[in-house]
Amino acid sequence: MTDIDFKSFKAQPLDYKNQRNQRLYRLLFGWMTVLLILPVLIILVLLTAKGAPALSWEFFTADPINGMTEGGIFPCLIGTIWIVAVALFASVPLGVACAVYLSEYAPDNTLTRLINLAIINLAGVPSIVHALFGVGAFVMFFDLGTSILAAGLTLAVMTMPVVIVSTRESLQAVPQAFREACWSLGATRSQTIRKVVIPNSVTGILTGVILEVSRTVGETAPIMFTGAALFLPFVPDNFFERLSSQTMAMSLHLFTVSTQVPNVPEELPFGVALVLIGMVLVLNSVSIAFRMYLRGQKKW
Amino acid sequence: MWRVALVETTMPAIRTKGLNLWYGDFQALFDVDIDVKAGKVTSLIGPSGCGKSTYLRAVNRINERLGYVRTTGTIEVMGQNVLADEVELTQLRREVGMVFQRPNPLPLPVRDNVLFAYRLHRGGKGPREEEDQVVEEALREVLLWDKVKDRLDQTATELSLEEQQKLCIARLLPVKPSVLLMDEPCSALDPEATKAVEELIWRLRGDYSILIVTHNMAQARRASDECIFMLMGKVVEHSRTGDMFVSPQQQETADYIEGRYG
Repeated sequence: MTDIDFKSFKAQPLDYKNQRNQRLYRLLFGWMTVLLILPVLIILVLLTAKGAPALSWEFFTADPINGMTEGGIFPCLIGTIWIVAVALFASVPLGVACAVYLSEYAPDNTLTRLINLAIINLAGVPSIVHALFGVGAFVMFFDLGTSILAAGLTLAVMTMPVVIVSTRESLQAVPQAFREACWSLGATRSQTIRKVVIPNSVTGILTGVILEVSRTVGETAPIMFTGAALFLPFVPDNFFERLSSQTMAMSLHLFTVSTQVPNVPEELPFGVALVLIGMVLVLNSVSIAFRMYLRGQKKW
Repeated sequence: MWRVALVETTMPAIRTKGLNLWYGDFQALFDVDIDVKAGKVTSLIGPSGCGKSTYLRAVNRINERLGYVRTTGTIEVMGQNVLADEVELTQLRREVGMVFQRPNPLPLPVRDNVLFAYRLHRGGKGPREEEDQVVEEALREVLLWDKVKDRLDQTATELSLEEQQKLCIARLLPVKPSVLLMDEPCSALDPEATKAVEELIWRLRGDYSILIVTHNMAQARRASDECIFMLMGKVVEHSRTGDMFVSPQQQETADYIEGRYG
């Protein structure tokens, strides 16, 4: 019974090699992170330093004048908001509906897998290809002309995969037990989706929309040929005329004032870029705040 | 109020005849003939993979969402063939309630959980007093009212597991099912909670016909009138619980209940 030799546990002297390695790796990964954040910080600081002098009340509310070398960016701001709004209204309902089908109804077969593959590939298509598709499909085939509508729809096609993928993932994150509970109480599939699945995945769906918005605001190529104009400060007031007219947009305006127009004061393009980044930040923070609020409501 | 007085008849609550069930190419049930007596607690026992959960899930047809399930034979619930074309799943699931292994209340207030099925079948919210009455009766029935009556607005997923499981039983009652299916209802619970839920099941007996799948032989013995032993997708023995545990008729049954396998 007692002839088993129990060795006592005794702490060895500290292994300095181990400790040194620990410190080394911590430093290595830490610096990688710093390296990654640094460019972002530099860009923000530079933009603010060089662009801030251009900002004024007038910059936001006035039209560009004098060959776009002076004045404000008002029409570009409004144009971008219009295009993003059209893209959102077109892609969010469609994308969410598509994701609901793929996640809740579609059987797991070859066709479904093909569709999923197609969506992932669609997300990888370069934006200039989407632009040409937009020209072919919306501008020419559906005869929308180069207009806000055509540009918004092109952006919608481009960002739809992001919405679908993120929505589907958040739908699938809803525990299967909730669905079973619902079905076993006699709920139909659509009742289950409306009352349980969507309410519990709305935060994830919002994340997809956040991503979409920030991509859409900055895109240049897809709207260049489909609806954005270099210089067009005067726009119709009527809603439908407005939709079918061209517009100026922030991203294209930035391209124009930095490369296409001579004698632009240096702070002007930086000011435009600063406002563009500011728009993305504001949109994202609003969505994130909303998401945090909803997450606080959720308890499981 | 919704207690259905069960007329003494010979009609079984669940009757399956020649029930075969396949998951794709795999046959899980072979010619299963079972009569589950109305108003009694019947337990289904057997080793893992013997088809007892499959049988339970075939009765309210929740299996079918998998898409690759094929069934032949008949399943009658209170005299109605539930595989018939005219039977809507929503009707069937109102008649046949189900309790799952892991308590699965919805992430809603306790009150909304109890009223979930009631509102579904009513097509919206009812008058406040009526709803209050429904909630109180259902929760009283499962002996939960006194514990949660001041917490009806609390999210149900914050209750203890025992309370959650009782709530899951309570939310079935407002739509007046005749049959309750329970898939190992106590296996996620501690011994005290198990005891409480078993007592509740025993209390509901008579008003509802209850079919329980259990891994726990002692539970089958304590809390059921009849016992069905299944093995490899077939029914080996079906008898009164007392008889099965005292004098099993088949060698496999004897081996299983004595713990030689399973």
